Amino acid sequence: MSQSNTSAVDYNMTVVRQFTVMTVIWGFVGTLVGVLIAAQLIWPALNFDTPWLTYSRLRPLHTNAVIFAFGTSALFATSYYVVQRTCKTTLFGGSLASFTFWGWQAVIVAAAITLPLGYTSSKEYAELEWPIDILIAVVWVSYAIVFFGTLIKRKTSHIYVANWFFGGFIITVAVLHIGNSMVIPVSMMKSYSLYSGAIDAMMQWWYGHNAVGFLLTAGFLGMMYYFVPKQAERPVYSYRLSIVHFWALVSLYIWAGPHHLHYTALPDWAQSVGMVMSVVLFLPSWGGMINGIMTLSGAWHKLRHDPILRFLIVSLSFYGMSTFEGPMMAIKSVNALSHYTDWTVGHVHSGALGWVAMVSIGAMYHLIPILFNQGRMYSIRLINVHFWMHTAGIVLYIVAMWISGVMQGLMWRAVNTDGTLTYSFVESLTASYPFYFMRFLGGALVVAGFVIMIYNMFKTIRAEDRSLERVEAGQEAMA
Amino acid sequence: MTMDYGTLRGFFALLILALFIIIVIWSYSKKRKSSFDNAAKSIFEEDDRKEKNNEQETNKNV
Repeated sequence: MSQSNTSAVDYNMTVVRQFTVMTVIWGFVGTLVGVLIAAQLIWPALNFDTPWLTYSRLRPLHTNAVIFAFGTSALFATSYYVVQRTCKTTLFGGSLASFTFWGWQAVIVAAAITLPLGYTSSKEYAELEWPIDILIAVVWVSYAIVFFGTLIKRKTSHIYVANWFFGGFIITVAVLHIGNSMVIPVSMMKSYSLYSGAIDAMMQWWYGHNAVGFLLTAGFLGMMYYFVPKQAERPVYSYRLSIVHFWALVSLYIWAGPHHLHYTALPDWAQSVGMVMSVVLFLPSWGGMINGIMTLSGAWHKLRHDPILRFLIVSLSFYGMSTFEGPMMAIKSVNALSHYTDWTVGHVHSGALGWVAMVSIGAMYHLIPILFNQGRMYSIRLINVHFWMHTAGIVLYIVAMWISGVMQGLMWRAVNTDGTLTYSFVESLTASYPFYFMRFLGGALVVAGFVIMIYNMFKTIRAEDRSLERVEAGQEAMA
Repeated sequence: MTMDYGTLRGFFALLILALFIIIVIWSYSKKRKSSFDNAAKSIFEEDDRKEKNNEQETNKNV
């Protein structure tokens, strides 16, 4: 089936380059804001008594920056690259792809201005006000047209599994965003949700958890199914498992949202459905993780020398860890201890820094030399340094949050024999300070890793074309 | 005869279960193995030599 004369295809790599560079830059900016607010929890004076630097305004800026600026730019870059490469055709829609880039950057800039100014719909991960929501919807529908248009005009008979995951993610995020953002505007920057009470809460977490399930999981699994086999130079462990994985994952994730609303006004049966579906979700999640990691089966030695592959495989380990932790935390009795504590924050970051960021960073290191006509990154050693800084940062972060989270949960539920609370809230806060400092250190390591990545990226881009040569296989120095 | 909402949902759940079983049988049927193997390998049909630059390893360079 090998086709030799495909180099004639005139791929649209400009938009992939733009999104790739912005992914790295937004990764730095988003985590930097995260470290600033982590520092504010230890040293509250760091808001400098200005309203637009308060924790409450910067926290949504941090989450929006890492999810929608960093993560989603990485998804745009990789999905546009993979769909062209696997379909052996250029992107559909001409300049529409360019519109998605500039439109998406406009959304990010609008978020960076309006959130610190205090404009918010107060829905978590959907804080942006209605004019920006409309722009997001327009850009997203354009993205769908470009992506599915490219699939339709493909030159290959089969649609590679990575594209199924990307496609599922694009459709579902459109439905989630448009569904949850239904509002009645009362002025240019103020609106009220179309839904009320518990229904509004359920809509919000149907959106919120599926932002995790489809944007931060299905999309990045698409990335995994292309870049892990490419970097390992081996086909995926089981293509059949990837098909079962896809259908099982997309049909289960959509039901898991109610676990965010345990012990609330949401009907009890809905909470139980959410819990059961979340526990069952463990199976497809681990199916996918095993499929990714086992791709290296018989070639484990590659991990020793290839820091890019290490990023990709360790990301899968974190994915497995957080998709075990998640179902466990969705069990109501466990949730009674973990909810509203730092344990949740730790869980999110083992997924976001461990899975999402590491698989993206690995994919970016794979892509940058290809996109800028080089054989390799400027410095492989610096990739390795980045890997260890990032890994150490995550470990510090999640260990700190586990300890402080469980401690908070236990302190909040402790009662004296006469039924009064043993600890005040402030006592649990004081006890959390050492762990907040540990988290701050972990975050600082992650940001420093991104600085190294930016340096390495610009050195690679600025180098003369093809001056950085790939090292031929076979010359491997044994460690 | 009218069917109540709960019964309808029960049937829907069975339908989804049946679909899932069909997907598993379909993807694991012997007949499809070679086409899936080809699909898995399809990403290695390179357009261009310069694209093969996966050899970025620590102790080989820089």
